[in-house]
Amino acid sequence: MTARLLTGGEAVAHAMRQIDPDVVPVYPITPQTPIIQTFAKLVADGGAHTEIVNVESEHSAMSAAIGSALAGARTITATSSQGLALMAEVVYIAAAMRAPIVMALGNRALSGPINIHCDHSDSMLIRDSGVVQLFVENAQEAYDVMLLATRLAERPDVLLPVLVCQDGFTITHSAEPVELLEDEAVRSFVGEYEVPFPLLDTAHPTTQGPFAMPDYYYELRHQQVAAMDAALEALHELGPELEAVTGRRYEPVERYRLEEAHTAVVCLGSTAGTVKDVVDGLDGVGLLRICSYRPFPEVEVRDALEGLDEVIVLDRANAPGSRGPLFTEVAATLHGCDVRVRGHVYGLGGRELHGAEIAELIEHGGDRYVGLRGVGCRV
Amino acid sequence: MSRLKAWDELPVAGVVSRDEALRPRTGGWRTGVRPEVDLSTCVDCLLCWVYCPDSAIRLEGTSFAGFDLDVCKGCEICAVVCPTGAIRMVAE
Repeated sequence: MTARLLTGGEAVAHAMRQIDPDVVPVYPITPQTPIIQTFAKLVADGGAHTEIVNVESEHSAMSAAIGSALAGARTITATSSQGLALMAEVVYIAAAMRAPIVMALGNRALSGPINIHCDHSDSMLIRDSGVVQLFVENAQEAYDVMLLATRLAERPDVLLPVLVCQDGFTITHSAEPVELLEDEAVRSFVGEYEVPFPLLDTAHPTTQGPFAMPDYYYELRHQQVAAMDAALEALHELGPELEAVTGRRYEPVERYRLEEAHTAVVCLGSTAGTVKDVVDGLDGVGLLRICSYRPFPEVEVRDALEGLDEVIVLDRANAPGSRGPLFTEVAATLHGCDVRVRGHVYGLGGRELHGAEIAELIEHGGDRYVGLRGVGCRV
Repeated sequence: MSRLKAWDELPVAGVVSRDEALRPRTGGWRTGVRPEVDLSTCVDCLLCWVYCPDSAIRLEGTSFAGFDLDVCKGCEICAVVCPTGAIRMVAE
């Protein structure tokens, strides 16, 4: 295994070269651009046999991805923010048609105002679309989880689009040492691509994406619920398999210093790195990182948090008219437990959240909207 | 009508294979006219097969082989596109 200095975007592009998808329909958008730019160069240099389809929009990218994935071709795409918003209509259809597409997402704030920096509002936009969303903490994990996502998406009991969500700029554009597996190890880990009803199997023609009336719509939607449940179980199986190859574990949640803790911080993505640094210096405070946001690992979250005194949920997305999406889910999961849960929104549009602010939140509480100038709301 | 299936009895994503598809005889909606062919003037150009919106033109290999009146709606497109006038519409 060799370590190279790579950004998260480049690390994902190297994973894609090694996975060697048949088709990559894609449209560029900041901060996803380094993924597709690096990958296009790797393909042009003969590193992968992939057909890159330069489509005219993200709506078309996702539409082409559905066609190729269901035709029987391993398919990956990548986007961010407005690109995901434009895809959203088709993302629901990809999930419903059970197209095992892997998508690398560079999380970026949604417009408006227009902004190019990180928050998780794009992921939250398609929260209930039926796609798996796996958040990563750093470039190494972005690489590792691309491999995991390929296996997860293509399992016969899952067959769902899987998003690998990395924080825009903080991960996509920040270089750090990343260990790459040998090409052979990746190919043997991901295996051959297979879907149950390939469209190009002309000996067995099928109608896919049929119309469903009130008598069947509910049942067909429920298949996605079952597929999500299967995805959560599959993550528990695939994590150790990935660890056997990489030496690094990826589980639905990461527990950090929770054994002796009375308080836990809960968050997604790269902020977990900052929180780890903060709680290393505090007694009785740990971190629960949600790695799999969809499927939401309710049992694991409850097990990790139910005995604590206080849980502090950090949401990198706001929900005008409601509370942060991660907060509401953690609070619902802990309903009936004797735990105080408070939620804070932070980091919108790339606003930094420094360690000192996290320490202050933990020790003295703070505003519901961390770092907001003006009248806020103390929690 | 057979019993409605439960979610776990349905194929993944509601995929329908050809053998399972109902083939309703939608020719019952026909407009009152149906196509007839004079095979002595048909040149097997298959324009009728290309244009038919209901896949009601039967082929044998690459030769015209008649109409599937179970699905023909009587739209007259075949009669209009036929370059030799071999197809004409007749009252039912």
